[in-house]
Amino acid sequence: MAVPTYATPLERAWHYAYLVLCGMIFFFLIAPIVVIIPLSFNAEPYFTFTDQMLEFDADGYSMRWYDSLLTFGMAAPDGVRDASWWADAWANAKWVKAAKNSIIIGFFATILATCLGTLAALGLSRPEMPFRRAIMATLISPMIVPLIITATGMFFFYSNPCELLGLVGLPTDCGRLAGTYLGVILAHATLGIPFVIITVTATLVGFDQSLNRAAASLGANPRTTFFRITMPLILPGVISGALFAFVTSFDEVVAVLFIAGPDQQTIPRQMWNGIREQISPAILAVATLLVIFSIALLTTVELLRRRSERIRGITPH
Amino acid sequence: MAQALDPHAAIVTTASGAEDGKLTTADGKPLAWALKRSQLKAKRRAFLLVLPLLAFILITFVIPIGQMLQRSFYNDGFSANMPQISQWFAENERGTPPDEAAWTALANDLIASAEDRSIGVVGTRINYDVPGTRSLFTSTGRKVRRGIEPPYREALLEIDEEWGDSRLWSAMRNAATPVTANFYLASVDRTRTDDGSIQQVDERQRVYVMLFMRTFWLSLLITALTFVLGFPVAHLLATLPMRKSNLLMILVLLPFWTSLLVRTTSWMVLLQQQGVINDILVWLGVIGGGQRLQMIYNQTGTIIAMTHILLPFMILPLYSVMRTINPSYVRAARSLGATSWTAFRRIYFPQTLPGLGAGALLVFILAVGYYITPALVGGSSGQLISNMIAMHMTDTLNWSMAAALAALLLASVLILYWLYDRMVGIDNLKLG
Repeated sequence: MAVPTYATPLERAWHYAYLVLCGMIFFFLIAPIVVIIPLSFNAEPYFTFTDQMLEFDADGYSMRWYDSLLTFGMAAPDGVRDASWWADAWANAKWVKAAKNSIIIGFFATILATCLGTLAALGLSRPEMPFRRAIMATLISPMIVPLIITATGMFFFYSNPCELLGLVGLPTDCGRLAGTYLGVILAHATLGIPFVIITVTATLVGFDQSLNRAAASLGANPRTTFFRITMPLILPGVISGALFAFVTSFDEVVAVLFIAGPDQQTIPRQMWNGIREQISPAILAVATLLVIFSIALLTTVELLRRRSERIRGITPH
Repeated sequence: MAQALDPHAAIVTTASGAEDGKLTTADGKPLAWALKRSQLKAKRRAFLLVLPLLAFILITFVIPIGQMLQRSFYNDGFSANMPQISQWFAENERGTPPDEAAWTALANDLIASAEDRSIGVVGTRINYDVPGTRSLFTSTGRKVRRGIEPPYREALLEIDEEWGDSRLWSAMRNAATPVTANFYLASVDRTRTDDGSIQQVDERQRVYVMLFMRTFWLSLLITALTFVLGFPVAHLLATLPMRKSNLLMILVLLPFWTSLLVRTTSWMVLLQQQGVINDILVWLGVIGGGQRLQMIYNQTGTIIAMTHILLPFMILPLYSVMRTINPSYVRAARSLGATSWTAFRRIYFPQTLPGLGAGALLVFILAVGYYITPALVGGSSGQLISNMIAMHMTDTLNWSMAAALAALLLASVLILYWLYDRMVGIDNLKLG
């Protein structure tokens, strides 16, 4: 964007002021995320740059906070780092446990949300879908309703999921979902579904329905048509929806606070505890790892989006 | 979509079929009927695809929230466990002084309730209205189990003077019916007096209306801030060549993809008194070492962190609308003699309004329900209504109160959501 040749000097000055302003806003957006990365290598337990760090003295930096992520919660953190030490870390370290939980819960919640969400998106994109608007609004609502309300509702429901069966005279006691992996997975799937719906329906907007008809006219049954024609074309949208669902689960703390038990400690829950009780730079080390993780995800989604545009023949102008 | 040419219909009309003036298909069915049937079939098929998810959302999301909201007007903690006294309240009008029948009913209920260990629930229910009475119920329960002699009025007053308190009796009357509007009254800082009229609570106890006002006011402020910061950036991104804007877009999308807790943590690190920003200010000599600014654990912290977190939700819709604006309109305005300000105000800005509306509504809806960030960086002056709901859920265990507050919050969010659907359409919600 250049200044037009007919611009007055005042307009020119304004234009450069505007660019500087935009630069500052970009700085505001990105600086808080970048600043924690060097701070996580702080040798001292402070949240600011020490003099040593500013002088780029190697002694000012250390990996101790990353190390503490491994040792925190271990049975024998000070031993020799042989196979048994690593086995101890794998089994007992709290952050390792939290990471395992986050990945397990995120994985299954994503599968559930993606399968159900993609199916529904296919239905919602058909022109003959009845009550489309109302159903769409209902399915997107987990994203809109304040999380604390969702979590509160789930707290009661998951502690006794069969309570309502009592109304039709069935036994009301069928165990708890609160404090189980299944409970957290179901809750996270619910929260991830709107993202899958939004991305997949967006992909289907540009989908040429005549391809399906062509496949059918050539003798393919609906199943073959779906797996050989529709699916490959909407796959980029499905994958980015799945990534959104995974990130939602991976970052979710309110529902976990309300319905998870001590066994389902996830990374965000562990961070929440760490921040509330006694914040140490170990939190910054986790945060740095999470930032790297989100950079990787962002890159994947961006590549998928371009691929999707390419195969659907939409070229960026 | 040409719906008449329904692909599922496979309709073949025959010229000879029109004997009685009606078109028929090849196998002799009336055409209108066949079309209707095939459309119905297509409708059903589309609906069946959505059904599993719809059922899932209804069961794990809509019904649980409905169940929770039921607690806001239904609480049988007292009435179910204290049947006799509840009966007495039903038979006698408000303002009737408790007679011996009432005291007998109360004593019998207390004994029965202490026997089956539900006295704690009863006490908790009354404790919502008259703080400090839970222990009155539990301690009285322990004593009456050892035996109590009529006349009950004197016996109960012997155990604790507080049984004669008219506020206690008024609270018990309110709790005697399971369906109650009292929690809603309480969530707008109103209470029912002894004679049944509604009045404001004591000045020192008025918290909820203030919190609702604060939540809306801060959300509005944050929406305005995201607009002020988001508009220039979105405009720059929309007018730059694709290559450059894609690159700069990463700076918007990276925060969007970064964990909420990570972003909140970074602000805690930056804003605290021994943090980076204060250090820089001291180093620059703007403030002295002794006057470090308190920028966190108060409203300022909540505003800064939430503005940062919600900014991408404003930039993205604005950007997608601005991309579609044809630059020749502004050029035409300029060529007709408009100054750049006039051209912006009269020509460019009105065209960005759909994006602005979408972004502003989305940011506001999300801000109104925020919980995590205010809880971590808000201190006491930066808490929002969500934090109060969480407090009632986990600390005071006044679940009915939490439900009433949640119902009011949910109602306002749903109105905004409906507005969003009307103005923008949920289909146009975009993520990155």
